[in-house]
Amino acid sequence: MTQESPYGFETLAIHAGAAPDPATGARATPIYQTTAYVFDDADHAASLFNLQDYGYIYSRLGNPTVSVLEERVAALEGGRGATATASGHAAQMLAMFTLMEPGASFVAANKLYGGSVTQFMRTFQKFGWDCEMVDVDDFAAVEEALKKSTVKALFCESLANPGGVISDLEPLAELAHAAGVPLIVDNTMASPALCRPFEWGADIVIHSTTKFISGHGNAMGGMVVDSGNFNWAQNDKFPSLTQPEPAYHGLNFFETFGDLAMTVHGHAVGLRDLGPTMAPMNAFLAITGSETLPLRMERHCQNAAEIAHFLNTHPKVAWVSYAGLEGNKYKPLADKYLGGKAGSVFTFGVKGGYEAGLQLVESCELFSHLANLGDTRSLILHPASTTHRQLTEEQQISAGAGPDVLRISIGLETAKDLIADLEQAMAGA
Amino acid sequence: MDHDAYSNSYIRDVLNSTKTVAMVGASPKWNRPSYFVMKYLQAKGYRVIPVNPGAAGQEILGETVYGDLKSVPEPIDMVDIFRNSEAAGPIADEAVEVGAKTVWMQLTVRNDAAAARAEAAGLNVVMDRCPKIEFARLNGEIGWSGVNSGVISSKRRRARA
Repeated sequence: MTQESPYGFETLAIHAGAAPDPATGARATPIYQTTAYVFDDADHAASLFNLQDYGYIYSRLGNPTVSVLEERVAALEGGRGATATASGHAAQMLAMFTLMEPGASFVAANKLYGGSVTQFMRTFQKFGWDCEMVDVDDFAAVEEALKKSTVKALFCESLANPGGVISDLEPLAELAHAAGVPLIVDNTMASPALCRPFEWGADIVIHSTTKFISGHGNAMGGMVVDSGNFNWAQNDKFPSLTQPEPAYHGLNFFETFGDLAMTVHGHAVGLRDLGPTMAPMNAFLAITGSETLPLRMERHCQNAAEIAHFLNTHPKVAWVSYAGLEGNKYKPLADKYLGGKAGSVFTFGVKGGYEAGLQLVESCELFSHLANLGDTRSLILHPASTTHRQLTEEQQISAGAGPDVLRISIGLETAKDLIADLEQAMAGA
Repeated sequence: MDHDAYSNSYIRDVLNSTKTVAMVGASPKWNRPSYFVMKYLQAKGYRVIPVNPGAAGQEILGETVYGDLKSVPEPIDMVDIFRNSEAAGPIADEAVEVGAKTVWMQLTVRNDAAAARAEAAGLNVVMDRCPKIEFARLNGEIGWSGVNSGVISSKRRRARA
């Protein structure tokens, strides 16, 4: 079941999952830099391997520093449990690994982060998993795509990268549930400080914790968060959770662990057998970062709104796609799902297209030209020549990453300094 | 009692005031959920007495299995029900008759009418929960598996109870 906490979001960001160390009393979460954990005796070892007792065996499956971050993010999302992974891409693979089978398929939004498009449309094909991309603003198209008997999930981003597009989560959750499948939401760009998809009916949330949750551009990580609300036994689509698991002597995960099934499976099968585990050091950095998530998001959004307004009235700018601007198509959805905020990552086009865009990127002195987002530092990127380079031009345009598009991730610097940097860079463009 | 949202203190009081658990529907098969729970509760210091007419007279984890609650020859604090919601009704009534203090129905098991009868007789009732999960949640163990315990504390946790 979804967890409603009596505590406020800021309190959870600092305390959830992290109690003083039981052995030493250390108040900050220690970095448990160990690969393995001693057993009390042979029977204790057997209980752990059989999943009959709680405890650590080997850090590929679980680590005390990493599990603090897992509980932290689960609490911030209002979820039942979470599985940390080495990166956001690993989180997507792990979530799909639990749901999919060879020959199965899922439906995904066509306006997705380019890296996700490539993972879903090309690499997942090697596992025998098919992905059909649809415009999730078109509910009839989503409903039609979900009719295929092989479909196991609907996937979208709450706030899409890079286009400033917002998914209408509530009706999408209803469509997914009518088809007997979960709605999976990549909540990386909004972060739980702006949007908690479970409150709108989503069943699973994916994060690249590398971005706003860590927030300092220094630690890779991903997270699969389960709401605990989806009934995996409502149909026969999810045998990994509802059929006996041969690798655990016929254990049935949903019957044994109830609403913890997805999280236990993520560790006991997903991490155990695929191995994309988060490093304890990265978990420690993400834990530290997460403590200031609410404060940082507030300033990220405030700075982004100022810069979006500046760009929107600049004579050299052709257009700005930022859901916080009046008249933007997605403004009503920002009001509904993101508390009226629109995140700090958005796109704009400069007059002069591809060449002018590249020159602007190269002329920045304060904005860093790199492929990341959700950093304290402001970042700028030309998606068509970098992150979305592997897509066809048609896919680039559909993903909001056409040839004239620039993506910026607004950091926590003084807003007027960021405006001055863009001003000088555009003077040369 | 709001059976949709139990407070941490209610569950904690139930678990702390229990020493002996009669587990109805306990399975002798080691990979069944009831076996997991019985083994875990034993490790945490609870006496668990298995009840299962199909296995009466056998032993599970060192304890003799009884055919029904009334055959258990010692006082029972909690009756933990590993049966479906319908079957849970008469078992809850038996729990009242044998003088148990708590009726606990496992995950997915819920019988509101039986719960009301047991509560009217002065028993505590917990439904659609697992005592293994709840014990681990309230004692800082469940977070080891990435699960949201819902517990926040600035006190040192016990590593093992």
